[in-house]
Amino acid sequence: MKRIRFWGTRGSLPFALTAAMVRKKVITALRGASGRAFTSDTDVEAYVDGLTFPVAGTYGGHTSCVEIETGGSEYVLCDLGSGVRPFGQSALARHGPGSPQTYHFFMSHVHWDHIMGLPFFTPAYIPGNRLRIYGRHPRLEAALRRQQNEPSFPVDFSVLRADIEFVHLKPDTPYDVAGMTVTTKLQLHTGDSYGYRFEGNGRAVVYSTDSEHKLADPRETEGFVDFFKNADLVIFDGMFSLADAISIKEDWGHSSNVVGVELCQMAGVRHLCLFHHDPGADDEAIERVLIDARRLEEITRTGEPMIVTAAYDGLEIEL
Amino acid sequence: MKISSRKFADVVVAAPVGRIDHYSAGQLEKTLAPLWEKSGSKNAALVLDFASVEYISSVGLRVLMIAAKQMRANDARIAVAALQPIVAEIFAISRFDRVLDVFPSVRSALEQLSVSALEAFDVA
Repeated sequence: MKRIRFWGTRGSLPFALTAAMVRKKVITALRGASGRAFTSDTDVEAYVDGLTFPVAGTYGGHTSCVEIETGGSEYVLCDLGSGVRPFGQSALARHGPGSPQTYHFFMSHVHWDHIMGLPFFTPAYIPGNRLRIYGRHPRLEAALRRQQNEPSFPVDFSVLRADIEFVHLKPDTPYDVAGMTVTTKLQLHTGDSYGYRFEGNGRAVVYSTDSEHKLADPRETEGFVDFFKNADLVIFDGMFSLADAISIKEDWGHSSNVVGVELCQMAGVRHLCLFHHDPGADDEAIERVLIDARRLEEITRTGEPMIVTAAYDGLEIEL
Repeated sequence: MKISSRKFADVVVAAPVGRIDHYSAGQLEKTLAPLWEKSGSKNAALVLDFASVEYISSVGLRVLMIAAKQMRANDARIAVAALQPIVAEIFAISRFDRVLDVFPSVRSALEQLSVSALEAFDVA
């Protein structure tokens, strides 16, 4: 494994910046530039690079899609959210339509936001490409086919011309895919969800989204600590505040930045990346979630510092 | 985990000591459950004196959420007082400062909750 690339990081629903949000960012940036002299593009870029992320950037809007760059020729991704569309365009731009590729998709579950990108994944329409879609849900194939049925979508699943195979994974069984060992873990979410641990080249990455932690059962906590153990990176569902996750949003199937920090600290994780951002949160709100998580890590640290980041569309993390 | 409790008129003040983490939160819940059940009458209240609590994890905060739900279901009130700076930060980060009434001291909590309890506290 070489790096992780995020193509979709938003939870539940794609999120688009509005004109008012962009205007607010521009106004803030211009206010900050008041009185400064910019004599070159380099000066301008240096100023922009010094702005906070919510002013100069955005956490973005596509739903879950994360690429694991293995260093090999085959692509490995987690989930088929709307982020798989720009991923597909990027792969096509790199290889062209006449160069068949293999794409492995590991599905956390089949809720809409995690499957909605497949009808817009252009490589799926091109003969010669191979798609291997892995998961533990018995209705995985049915869910993907159904979303393209009339009247929901104009192009039926049968029109996809790539070689598509569904691979049903068994619990407690490691699988070798694209040079990595992959294990799964059942997570608490309506209709069940599954986390994935990828290991290869001495690196370990965990993808654990749409996962609620009830906190009442120490065995549940220990199970996740084992699953996360010494991972180089854990991609974690930090959708809600802890107070919301265990009160008004209890049983919604999601977790918090606080539980993410705690579990990853117990597991000796090197890097925690908050993921599946609340579509009701703007860039400033997500930034506060990140700042809070970093501060919690700092004041509760007992060993080595842990890196804490918040995923955004386009983020790359070197392993 | 050591937890002491005192009663001032219609208010119980419980004071845990030490760290409330994944290992000790269960004991906190077992100890507090009878207190919130006893305090569960209308106009009664439970104050958690956190002056000697060094740390609280999500599991400990979950116990406070259960206590708050139980107390409010009985029209009783719950408050937390005298947070150490680290614990106050954890409350803010987890947004528990928006769920529970937090006071700088037990006395200031009693001032808000019960005149008779405040009188009893000042006499004690």
